Amino acid sequence: MIILESQPILTTPVAHAVGVWIASLLTLMIFSFLYKDNPFYKFAEHLFVGISAAYWMTVAFWTTLIPNMIARLWPAHMGGVLPAAVGQPREWIYIIPFAFGIILLTRLVSRIAWLSRWAMGFVIGFAAGTNFTRYLQSDFVSQIHSTMVPLYQPGATTASTIGNIFSQLVVFGGVVSALVYFFFSKEHKGAFGRVARFGIWILMAAFGASFGYTVMARISLLTGRMNYLIQWVKGASW
Amino acid sequence: MAEEEKLTIIERLGAVDRRYVFLLIAIAVIIPLVLHYATSIPTSEIVQSLFDKIESLPGGSRILISFDYGPSTVPENQPMANAVTRHALEKSHRIYLMALWPTGSRQSQQLIDEIIKVEFPDKVYGVDWIHLGYKAGNQGLINTLLSDFKGMYTTDMSGKPIDSFPMMKDIRTLRDFDLIIGLGSGFPGTKEWIQFAGDPGDIPVGGGTTAVMAPLLYPYYPKQMVGFMGGLQGAAEYEYALVKKYPKYAKRSRIASTTMGPQVTAHLVIVAFIILGNITYLLERRRKRKYR
Repeated sequence: MIILESQPILTTPVAHAVGVWIASLLTLMIFSFLYKDNPFYKFAEHLFVGISAAYWMTVAFWTTLIPNMIARLWPAHMGGVLPAAVGQPREWIYIIPFAFGIILLTRLVSRIAWLSRWAMGFVIGFAAGTNFTRYLQSDFVSQIHSTMVPLYQPGATTASTIGNIFSQLVVFGGVVSALVYFFFSKEHKGAFGRVARFGIWILMAAFGASFGYTVMARISLLTGRMNYLIQWVKGASW
Repeated sequence: MAEEEKLTIIERLGAVDRRYVFLLIAIAVIIPLVLHYATSIPTSEIVQSLFDKIESLPGGSRILISFDYGPSTVPENQPMANAVTRHALEKSHRIYLMALWPTGSRQSQQLIDEIIKVEFPDKVYGVDWIHLGYKAGNQGLINTLLSDFKGMYTTDMSGKPIDSFPMMKDIRTLRDFDLIIGLGSGFPGTKEWIQFAGDPGDIPVGGGTTAVMAPLLYPYYPKQMVGFMGGLQGAAEYEYALVKKYPKYAKRSRIASTTMGPQVTAHLVIVAFIILGNITYLLERRRKRKYR
């Protein structure tokens, strides 16, 4: 046996037809919620949640836990699962993540559940440490740099220079005024208040753009499912 | 009497059952699909920039494509993957398919079955393209790949040793790739590729996300991202650029363009309802003031 052998989904015509019927009926069950809540919708919803959870766990087990840890600790026993690992030297360093993985499961036993905090602490510490530096660099320092760019680009035409200046002033003014709106240590009055008010307008424009994109995304997904159902009705897929 | 009747109609319009709105949206989507109404979307600068990057790379360049989405966003993400893959293989680049999402490896498999094996049968597995599949770890995985790629990917998707493939011989870290394309619909996705690979590794990163995610990604262009496809529209724009440069794809590469037709009609319905809702609201407010 080879793990997750790459193969086309639903290879035989019968399997494909059954798959299309199941997918189409489940789609209709989900859409039935638009009329009102009903048992068919509930069934499809629960089925989706259950299958998703099982799928994620199974894939993670076979694609990460087996080749990246188990096969490195016990390569000689991988003959039936991962032949490529057989004959490879045992890598003892992986006993550490293995031990952490085991003690993470002690959460299931209340008497020794405290042990899982060690593993959890490692996970949180690692995530916080790496995320902090990367977010600081990519989302803070680099974004400040991107906000303050030269207004004049050498070699640009007059029209593009004017357009560029306008764009950069909007970006810079928008960022500063939006930040001013969130500055609550000074009362929003006078010139400061007007800048903060402009910041609200900028935020509203951003929310509007975001909402517009969300609508586009939802219509795209609806189009995808409708297209699937149309193909199902036409019988083109089966 | 006439005034009262008029107001009643306005009130009725303001309180229209939401199910009628759903029905109209469904009709607005179905009719263009049945009639095959497609629209061509001229390529914007940000999408053209991604296209130009792939176009400008010398043949044989290494492009990592990460499938960070699942079946739920296939209508938006899969046309992006199809168009980018066609372009990369047309330019004889080597493509490496991987996933940060467990569901992503199935989407890359779909790409292999429908595009690579069908349209590029002469491309050899392990030489021109490889399927690496999913690995757990989110941004931690990217962090590790940046220093030790083969430490995480010891085998390909089918379990064969990674060093048995010619195209993997020179890959040690993410820095050995000429371009990373993150196709995503959430966390982890394109943003994490920029934060954990592009910025620290000085590796060109491009990508495409669902429209919901798009506004969060635009600020990274152009300094931290070479180009970007925002939602279905971004995919349609890339298809437009591809067909413009390579007309032989005019019939094949038009999934996004075809599904942009329903976008237009559905948006017209939504805009009409927004205008109607505002008119009824204003008239209702005026009526209340009048009778106060």
